Amino acid sequence: MSDPEARKVVELGYGGSERLTMNMGPQHPSAHGVFRAILILEGETVAGVDAVIGYLHRCHEKLGESLTYTQYPSIASKTDYVAAMTSELAYVRAAELVGKVEVPKRAQYLRVMVAELQRVASHCLWLGTWCLDMGGALGGGATVFLYCIRERESVLDLFEALVGARLLYGFHQVGGTRYDIPAGWAEKCRQTVAAIDKRIDEYEDMLEGNAFFLARTQGVGVISRELAQEVGISGPLIRGSGVAYDVRRAEPYSSYEDFDFKVPVETAGDCYARYRVRMQEFRESIKIVRQALDGLPEGPISSRPGVKSVGQVRVAKGEGYARVEGARGEVGCYLVADGGAKPYRMKWRGASFSNLSVLPHIIPGHKVADVVAIMGSVDPVFGEVDR
Amino acid sequence: MPAPLYYFIVGFIVLNAVIGMVTYVTLLERKFAARMQSRIGPYRVGPHGLLQPIADAVKLMMKEDVVPTLADRHVYNLAPIVFLIPCMLIFATVPFAPGLGVADLNIGILFFLAVSAMEIVGLFMAGWGSNNKYALLSAMRAVNQIISYDLPFIFAALVPVVLAGSLRLSDIAQAQVGFFGAFIFYPVIGQLAFIAYIVTTLAAENRVPFDILEAESELVAGFRVEYSGMKFALIQLGEYAHAIGTSFLGALLFFGAWSGPGPAWLGPLWFLLKAMAVFLLITWVRWSFVRIRVDQILAISWKLMLPASLLLLMATATWVAWSAGGA
Repeated sequence: MSDPEARKVVELGYGGSERLTMNMGPQHPSAHGVFRAILILEGETVAGVDAVIGYLHRCHEKLGESLTYTQYPSIASKTDYVAAMTSELAYVRAAELVGKVEVPKRAQYLRVMVAELQRVASHCLWLGTWCLDMGGALGGGATVFLYCIRERESVLDLFEALVGARLLYGFHQVGGTRYDIPAGWAEKCRQTVAAIDKRIDEYEDMLEGNAFFLARTQGVGVISRELAQEVGISGPLIRGSGVAYDVRRAEPYSSYEDFDFKVPVETAGDCYARYRVRMQEFRESIKIVRQALDGLPEGPISSRPGVKSVGQVRVAKGEGYARVEGARGEVGCYLVADGGAKPYRMKWRGASFSNLSVLPHIIPGHKVADVVAIMGSVDPVFGEVDR
Repeated sequence: MPAPLYYFIVGFIVLNAVIGMVTYVTLLERKFAARMQSRIGPYRVGPHGLLQPIADAVKLMMKEDVVPTLADRHVYNLAPIVFLIPCMLIFATVPFAPGLGVADLNIGILFFLAVSAMEIVGLFMAGWGSNNKYALLSAMRAVNQIISYDLPFIFAALVPVVLAGSLRLSDIAQAQVGFFGAFIFYPVIGQLAFIAYIVTTLAAENRVPFDILEAESELVAGFRVEYSGMKFALIQLGEYAHAIGTSFLGALLFFGAWSGPGPAWLGPLWFLLKAMAVFLLITWVRWSFVRIRVDQILAISWKLMLPASLLLLMATATWVAWSAGGA
């Protein structure tokens, strides 16, 4: 590591009689899932942090080897269960890339639409839980949380009308999508995003005009541009540190080049910058959803027939890495196919996993209260970290 | 009737009234918060959830009383009581109407402020006795915060005292008749003092945005993390009693206590309404802000609230002395 600041932090280590070791997690109100942070405290100040992960490991990569290309997409949902649509998409795209499967234009648009709706739903949950971390379950944070959950529910209602499920969808399949939009769905979708668009203004009014919120977020947990690039974080985190990196722009997939959207970038690198990036992403996602609804082409939704048996999809021998921009960053799937109905080997690149690895670099020196603010701003989903 | 017996009976009535009020104030707060969050709130137990506090109380009584093996048993068991007594004692000097109260001391407000500051002992005992790191950190924060905010709290509360020229609470209430019935209408000084009072009250009651003692996202439940059952209920009771007590004091100092339209026997009702309005104001703040950090809390206290409230008190005193001398 060339960043001297980061190196100093890592070498702080343990020891000294004035220090208090405190566990945060794996069972803790502010752990977004099962995450254990062993904090070394000097009074209220964190001198060191040891992150322990793996409490939610479910052998996803082994499961990927033992389930067929038709079965696994609905399991892939369970890696990042808060943004299931995008993790499915990463797997399906990897299979299509290796098998050189064409995807019809309509299916591509549908994929973009659900991915962006999913981003809105995921950011709703992030904003709510983050404010819950900072504001307390018995305080203003709970108020923001309940407002955000209300919006997330309306998006989940859309998914329910589309797929029949609210959390884990199984919407994508190799070669396209499994479902087309039902009658009246487009209109309902427009109404929902219009309502959310308006509510986001309300949240911004409520939070950005609040001196306490600004005091808790501005200048807290600063990730420098260099550190961000060295650690390999992605998504809203790296964009909050001044790097305009977005897979949708850097390597357009699923017809993202057809859509007009901005990649929001903030340069401060603190919690507030990450908040600003996500708030702008809300709006950009809503813009993309509207464009996709307007320009939804007619045609088939899949280049392959619907599911009849679990082993019907065979992917030709080869290997490839497909990546998509999930709500938390770059979600990648590396697939080695041997020509059969199951992949020979599969590897996930979880956005949360890489993003989480920045914590030991930025937490030391902050107060205990900042630890939860910083962790919330990183927005990890432990299904994706541990897989 | 002999005086001790009289005081015992009055004290008994006030104590039970406060306990009853605490249980229903929790329902009020839950309903109020629910409306703020576009929810309904408790609704299942009794009509409109009116029996919910009773159900909560019964549930807390049935809970197992857990004492951690490594806890300092005596300190741990004593803490809820030490915490509760000052919180209840503050009601001793509050006059609910002219002549209606346990004891209308001539240093009533001094007693109130002194006793309400004593809750910190119980808080620290709870945090220390639990032998839990979260509780210990919380107790350390408690000492920091409550000592920092007691001074501005006292200075803010002393402004009406200076205006009224008496430490007796009933005198302060009576003195407000000249100012449209409430010191809050006193130009500039009244409003500033009320704002200072509300901010410091939030801190003294450990409510969001100053609830770093509880801070459940960092310290799980702070100093009461190990308490369960009735001991937990006692701490909760104390916190709410303290909140209601300071709301009553706020209503008395700034809103003229029992003054209001209608016959005199409506006085206590007016007082209650005003106190609940102050309580709901605090609740409103609580449910719309995020918590601030310990260093920021201390900075606000020592760098802003303390000098500002001290200046305000000095300005008030100068103004009162000058206008008295001029007349």
